[in-house]
Amino acid sequence: MSLLQISEPGQSPAPHEHRLAVGIDLGTTNSLVATVRNGVATVLPDEQGRPLLPSIVRYLPGSKVEVGYAAQAHQSDDPKNTIASVKRFMGRGLKDVAYVENSPYDFVDAPGMLQLRTAAGVKSPVEISAEILKVLRARAEASLGGNLVGAVITVPAYFDDAQRQATKDAATLAGINVLRLLNEPTAAAIAYGLEHAAEGVYAVFDLGGGTFDISILKLSRGVFEVLATNGDAALGGDDFDHRVFCWALEEARLPPVQPRDMRLLHAKAREAKEALTYHGEAPMTARLSTGEFVDVTLSTEAFCRITQHLVQKTLGPTRKALRDAGLGVNDIQGVVMVGGATRMPQIQRAVGELFQRDPLNNLDPDKVVALGAAMQANVLAGNRFQGEDWLLLDVIPLSLGIETMGGLVERIIPRNSTIPTARAQEFTTFKDGQGAMSFHVVQGERELVSDCRSLARFELHGIPPMSAGAGRVRVTFQVDADGLLSITAKEKSTGVEASIAVKPSYGLTDAEIERMLRDSVEHAKDDMHARALQENRVEGERLADAVRAALAADSALLSPAERAAIEERLSVLRKLLPGMDHRAIKQASEALNRATDDFAARRMDASVRRALAGQKIANLDA
Amino acid sequence: MAEARGGSLQRSMQNHFELFGLEPAYALEPERLERAYREIQAKIHPDRFAHAGDAERRASMQWTTRVNEAYRMLRDPALRARYLLELNGVDVALETNTAMPAEFLIRQMEQREALELAAAERDAGALARMRTALRIEKRELQDAIAEQIDARRDYARAADPVRKLMFLDKLDAEIDAAFETMEG
Repeated sequence: MSLLQISEPGQSPAPHEHRLAVGIDLGTTNSLVATVRNGVATVLPDEQGRPLLPSIVRYLPGSKVEVGYAAQAHQSDDPKNTIASVKRFMGRGLKDVAYVENSPYDFVDAPGMLQLRTAAGVKSPVEISAEILKVLRARAEASLGGNLVGAVITVPAYFDDAQRQATKDAATLAGINVLRLLNEPTAAAIAYGLEHAAEGVYAVFDLGGGTFDISILKLSRGVFEVLATNGDAALGGDDFDHRVFCWALEEARLPPVQPRDMRLLHAKAREAKEALTYHGEAPMTARLSTGEFVDVTLSTEAFCRITQHLVQKTLGPTRKALRDAGLGVNDIQGVVMVGGATRMPQIQRAVGELFQRDPLNNLDPDKVVALGAAMQANVLAGNRFQGEDWLLLDVIPLSLGIETMGGLVERIIPRNSTIPTARAQEFTTFKDGQGAMSFHVVQGERELVSDCRSLARFELHGIPPMSAGAGRVRVTFQVDADGLLSITAKEKSTGVEASIAVKPSYGLTDAEIERMLRDSVEHAKDDMHARALQENRVEGERLADAVRAALAADSALLSPAERAAIEERLSVLRKLLPGMDHRAIKQASEALNRATDDFAARRMDASVRRALAGQKIANLDA
Repeated sequence: MAEARGGSLQRSMQNHFELFGLEPAYALEPERLERAYREIQAKIHPDRFAHAGDAERRASMQWTTRVNEAYRMLRDPALRARYLLELNGVDVALETNTAMPAEFLIRQMEQREALELAAAERDAGALARMRTALRIEKRELQDAIAEQIDARRDYARAADPVRKLMFLDKLDAEIDAAFETMEG
């Protein structure tokens, strides 16, 4: 694909300063970290040369934590403390999670998000995911030899706001600056599109360990535009394993088994599933802790029969995505297969039949998401290679709305809106003298509130006494480029404005994150101060670089006095950066940020003008 | 070029057409709109400012939000028409206006009944045929709207076909919903 040139003088960093940025695929089964080195995206392996990190965390008494293969080795002998597939629990309550009864964990029901009781205490899925991210961060920093300026972390496109927020919180907890949450199929499309110079409309079919996404993208002239996305955030290879597990229990006429045997049989079920990709049948043998012996053989035919409904569950969302994009199967140039579970022959067959063409399997389905994320991280960090760049336009997967009378949903932002986006809706009081209004924010496609996901509840107080219908509250939903929602509400009829910002209820409060950070740092016997200093320095340097580049490019937009004011704050920050006072660095960064508010807005205006002038169509100054 | 206050370009822009360097008209070349949209996005999108300071990231998000909203409205034939009428002081006010021609409303009711029947009988072929007929009807309305707005500049007269187009868009969405229900 010929890439759109969008770099501007003064915007690209000096050639020698390559900022260390990575892409992280935080998967249900395996996680990976990748980076762009010398213009080539590569997965960073561990010390033993293994690219994948099993997404498994084991808690031991005290503060010891094992992650990856070390934890995987204890899955059967320590099932309660060895947490696998934690991604399924992110941003989820106990009632949202499938097969709780078949899980070996000790769940704790908590408002918003469930927690798990382990030998090291009660842990939230956010903390458990953070352990995986910490290992990947350490791997990257050791391999690249420096501190990361940030990471792109991938999430299933069909993740809702709660799941995205939880992922971002986990990164914060792991000390990672999130450059962007990137949708997994979009990351795959970047890797595929750049490698194959693809142009046209493509479908990305991404069936991972625990999530399914289908995205329809238009690739043209260096632009990746998501036209529609759909999926199922609780459908993946794990479900196929579970079907085989249940089948094996029935076949062997076993009663419900103990947690450790459950783990063992799940592992055997996965092996059998994987063997069927290449063989007509697969034996499953295991000796249980009760002394019973399991010896059954799974045939391809039986496997297809017991998983047929799971295959079907991928086709409905695929048709919906096509319809939302306003396209038919004949409009699709190619179907890119992503995720280990797409190796299953029945998935390949079903996708081929639906799209009436052979799916594209020329990418490593396990690595492509991490590689695409690394490419995007490289761009976001400002390391453009050869002055080339691309533009990514993504969408929100699920509609956002507010509960109205009778438990119905008033849709405010419809699904597949291009992000960032904002939409406002006015609500009026319905009683005389009503002093407060309460709002319930939901996400989903159903008409009834009870069928949607509850995101947050908030109240607006201090509405002045008025007759019914006279009080008007304007609620604004803003979705940012990470797909995360923030809400403001203003009462405006009397000129008195009350305004609030809502952090959804499932998200962790800043205080909670701070406490978790403190806990984890104490346990690691690390120094809280050293960490804060390092983070504020990285942040301060990033800001100083950005302001310097902005001044070099656009100081014509400032009066001499304005320029001097910014430069003064910039020099204050630069003097403080090598010092040890992390609070002073933070304050100087904040002051510089405030001082450049107006400048930033003017630069953005100037960019728009330049874009328009480039089209030689209109002169806005006229 | 320096302005009295940052961000004033957004406020000084009269309308969405101006943002994309287009004349305010119903007929537009989708390729030209798309090209202008992408040119602007390439300069202001948050991905370009991921490593910048808070101020620039915020300004970028606000501009991109505005540009996305403008693009959404201009790209959609019914929204674009409604927006043009608003710019010219005509409120389409679909919810309160009951002055739709009786024959149109009766036909709407008939079409909805046919839709319910097709959905109940899970007749995908019938749904697809309804959709094809609907698309033709919509194109005719769009031609009528272009005639009233662009050729005659009779905005009040244009309100009638615009309302009808909005009705048909709703029906179109209901056909989508029927397909979805059928697929389970």
